[in-house]
Amino acid sequence: MSRSSEDSRVHWRNTLRRTALLLAIWSIAGPVCGILLVDRLNGLQIGGVPLGFWVSLQGSIYVFVVLIFLYALLSDRAERTGH
Amino acid sequence: MSVQAWTLVTITLSFALYIGIAIWSRVRTTEGFYVAGRGVSAVANGMATAADWMSAASFISMAGLIAFLGADGSVYIMGWTGGYVLLALLLAPFLRRFGWYTVPDFVAARYYSNTARIVAVIAAIFISFTYVAGQMRGVGVVFSRFVGVSVEAGVLIGMVLVALYAVLGGMKGITYTQVAQYCVLIFAYLVPAIAIAFALTGVPVPQLAMGGVLPRLDGLSQELGLAPFSEPFTSFSRINVLAITVALMVGTAGLPHVIVRFYTVRTVSAARWSAGWALLFIALLYTTAPAVAVFARYFMLSTLANQPVDAVASIDWVANWMRTGLITLRDANGDGIMQAAELFGTGGLTASIDRDIVVLALPEIASLAPVVIALVAAGGLAAALSTASGLLLVISSSIAHDVYGQMLRPDSSDAERLRVGRIVIGLAVFVAAYFGIRPPGFVAEVVAFAFGLAASSFFPILVLGIFWSRTTSQGATAGMIAGLLFTGIFIILNRSQQIFGTDEPLIGSFFGIGAQGIGSVGMLLNFLVTITVSFFTPAPPAHVQSLLDRIRETRE
Repeated sequence: MSRSSEDSRVHWRNTLRRTALLLAIWSIAGPVCGILLVDRLNGLQIGGVPLGFWVSLQGSIYVFVVLIFLYALLSDRAERTGH
Repeated sequence: MSVQAWTLVTITLSFALYIGIAIWSRVRTTEGFYVAGRGVSAVANGMATAADWMSAASFISMAGLIAFLGADGSVYIMGWTGGYVLLALLLAPFLRRFGWYTVPDFVAARYYSNTARIVAVIAAIFISFTYVAGQMRGVGVVFSRFVGVSVEAGVLIGMVLVALYAVLGGMKGITYTQVAQYCVLIFAYLVPAIAIAFALTGVPVPQLAMGGVLPRLDGLSQELGLAPFSEPFTSFSRINVLAITVALMVGTAGLPHVIVRFYTVRTVSAARWSAGWALLFIALLYTTAPAVAVFARYFMLSTLANQPVDAVASIDWVANWMRTGLITLRDANGDGIMQAAELFGTGGLTASIDRDIVVLALPEIASLAPVVIALVAAGGLAAALSTASGLLLVISSSIAHDVYGQMLRPDSSDAERLRVGRIVIGLAVFVAAYFGIRPPGFVAEVVAFAFGLAASSFFPILVLGIFWSRTTSQGATAGMIAGLLFTGIFIILNRSQQIFGTDEPLIGSFFGIGAQGIGSVGMLLNFLVTITVSFFTPAPPAHVQSLLDRIRETRE
């Protein structure tokens, strides 16, 4: 099970990059669209509901679920191929 | 059959199921008692985590809170689910890789100090007892309304049940009862929501039906002189919405009873997948709750607003809840008519309807069959008991494993530690029962404070501990103490009316941020203190770096 320290460093850097990317999407779908831009998005409608309202009470949750599964999937794939 | 008879049937059946599982999953080792022998599958752990994490507040109070707060109720929706992402990405895989039994275990190893362990133990116990108090109050409300026994008797019945399966089965018993409790609670939540969605719009999907009812609700609200339901920042200012959401997010990620659930699966990969399953199971309820809030508020406004007080009081469900004291018709202006503002308590008035009853009363309000009402009662109990049992295990493992096993008697045998674990969990159940009988506030508010405390103590030092190898023991200890003291003192001063009986709160807000959102400031303070002190103290010893190399290596 011994791996070179260079190999472990690459693995850790990939983990960090993956985490940072997914958290960036997380902050846009959550706090940015759901709170900071909520009034502007409310000008648009989705299925009879103002978009900002929908994002903050529905849409953000769907994004969050997808993000966690994506993290599990990408991590598994990266670890199987080496990093 | 009457509602009460149906309730007794559903509660008896569900309790029999939990006891059956408890007997089947007895354990004989500390590994079984604390982490279920690390043999739980990803999907089962996802369900157990969902039940563990969704408390009485999620099931009983959340839709009611949204119904009263309007669009600003998003703080609970986005805060709690968004925090789950932080937990899944920043903590779960690495803590699972670390292994061991408790969060203080990690703190002690990473920060090479038993002082850090003690601070973590105190924080874990404090958070868990605050949180358990809310669950017990939920159990009491359900029993007093639906079974017709006193709150005290209801709490005692619930506590005997939890004590039975927690003492016998430890984490293993708790895990598999939580799986069953998840099934009960999600079924109980979705059935009435689907029935009402279908009745109101002809669409049996609450999430879609919401779009059909919301425009009607917005219009009705404006006719009655209220703000439209979908308008943001009517209950909290924008800065408070942000602060509360962030506090709930990082608080969720720092809750010890949720973190330890990831210790129960076989591999790091399984921990990552089980986080996804957990949030999917949670999302089933969390996307339904806003729809339930919209339906409930629409029903209440259209049937109660601008009606004579006598007519309102003679409606069956109103009369039922008036008997429990959770509806008190307050005709503030004395004109004999219940205005919308008097019902929902806007414009500085005290609400006539307690927000905690919305989910429990909705099947009655919508005239659904008695069996559905009984189902909701069983679901509420499942939500409260599953969370309570997870918290009690944290209290037990903090004392029996961290204090007794690691500090007082490091040479004690496995059998001895298991015995101490069982005794402590039994005692903790009685303390929790006391809180249930003398509750320190209403459910969601108490839980929100537990989140603030978790946000300001655990989250920063766990994240820094994993991602920044320079974090020192002194830095983390100082950070935890600073965050916890700041947040705790602010909450106590802010709630001084309730706690000390002062006329005015001793402190109103912190730059516009109230008690519910203060945890996010406490968290920032913790980060700041931890980082600053770390720079001025000697770097961690070499074995900490090798520990970090090991937990960052998530490959098998």
